[in-house]
Amino acid sequence: MVRAAGLPVPGPVAGMALLFLLMVARAPLPKALGDTADGMLKHLSLLFVPAGVGVVQNLNTLGDEGLRLVLVVVLATVIALAATALTFEYLARFMHVDENAADHDGRGTP
Amino acid sequence: MSNFVQLWVYLSGQPLLWLTATLVAYVAADAIAGASKRHPLVNPVLIAVILVSSVLLLTGTEYPTYFAGAQFVHFLLGPATVALAVPLVRHLPQVRRTLVPMLVALVVGSLAAIVSAVLLAQAFGLDRASTLALAPKSSTAAIAMGIAEQTGADPALTAVLVILTGISGAIIVTPLMNALRLKNYAARGFAAGLASHGIGTARAFQVSPLAGTFAGIALGLNGLLTALLVPLVIKWLLG
Repeated sequence: MVRAAGLPVPGPVAGMALLFLLMVARAPLPKALGDTADGMLKHLSLLFVPAGVGVVQNLNTLGDEGLRLVLVVVLATVIALAATALTFEYLARFMHVDENAADHDGRGTP
Repeated sequence: MSNFVQLWVYLSGQPLLWLTATLVAYVAADAIAGASKRHPLVNPVLIAVILVSSVLLLTGTEYPTYFAGAQFVHFLLGPATVALAVPLVRHLPQVRRTLVPMLVALVVGSLAAIVSAVLLAQAFGLDRASTLALAPKSSTAAIAMGIAEQTGADPALTAVLVILTGISGAIIVTPLMNALRLKNYAARGFAAGLASHGIGTARAFQVSPLAGTFAGIALGLNGLLTALLVPLVIKWLLG
């Protein structure tokens, strides 16, 4: 489908959008589907292990610029994280929609 | 001992060995992360990758041999991405309420990720090839490699940088958000998914389902936006 439409997204992202539309159209969510999705997302980390191992095997592609590349990655990630979260937080506060801040269930590090 | 060697010879011809090794490494890494009460520095992806890589190195196993087994895990990334729609539907009211902050944060964050990567690369004196490979680093690997093809960057280097970004973001997000005193888990999760795609999203789901939901949305939307913005930013900053 993605190929047919020439969309710039991978198939799975289009699949997520489709499943979303499908479920919005026919709520409630089937329990089995919900359980399967929860199980998968709980162990999302596992799914990145093969790709991560591939990176270790390919670390030499970083070449002699390796250290500087890693520094840029870390610094740019800090900037992207901060810019996104601060924008979100201040707009939400400005528009008085941050009551959902109390909505998290408190698991993990606060 | 000879029995063990025979067993090893039999198993190493089978892709199941490396599938099992991946699962065992993950279970161990997840137990370590759990024992640390999900401390951000104790990242399960990083630990499992180090464990598996060490075993590959010690046994002299090539990556294609490993991947023949591990591909069954890798394949699940597709269905898992589709599964992100489930928490999205569950948290739909919160998502609706924060639609405007979310979309503005998407544009600001996506631009910040690309522009900061390109400018920092120039500031550190990196060559054009590395700069091009850094530009799409916050989008998910499949999209980043598509962008790399378009801009003439090396897809292998791009993939390495994407994964490094994911692991960095997953480790940095909690201490950074605490330092910024941000308590809105929707905002924290959205930032994790935007800046560090699926690995950041995996971290967000460990912290809270709400953070995970917003991370999943950010992962999808930023993939799309990065594909649109990278060619423009490159034209603008690199000519």
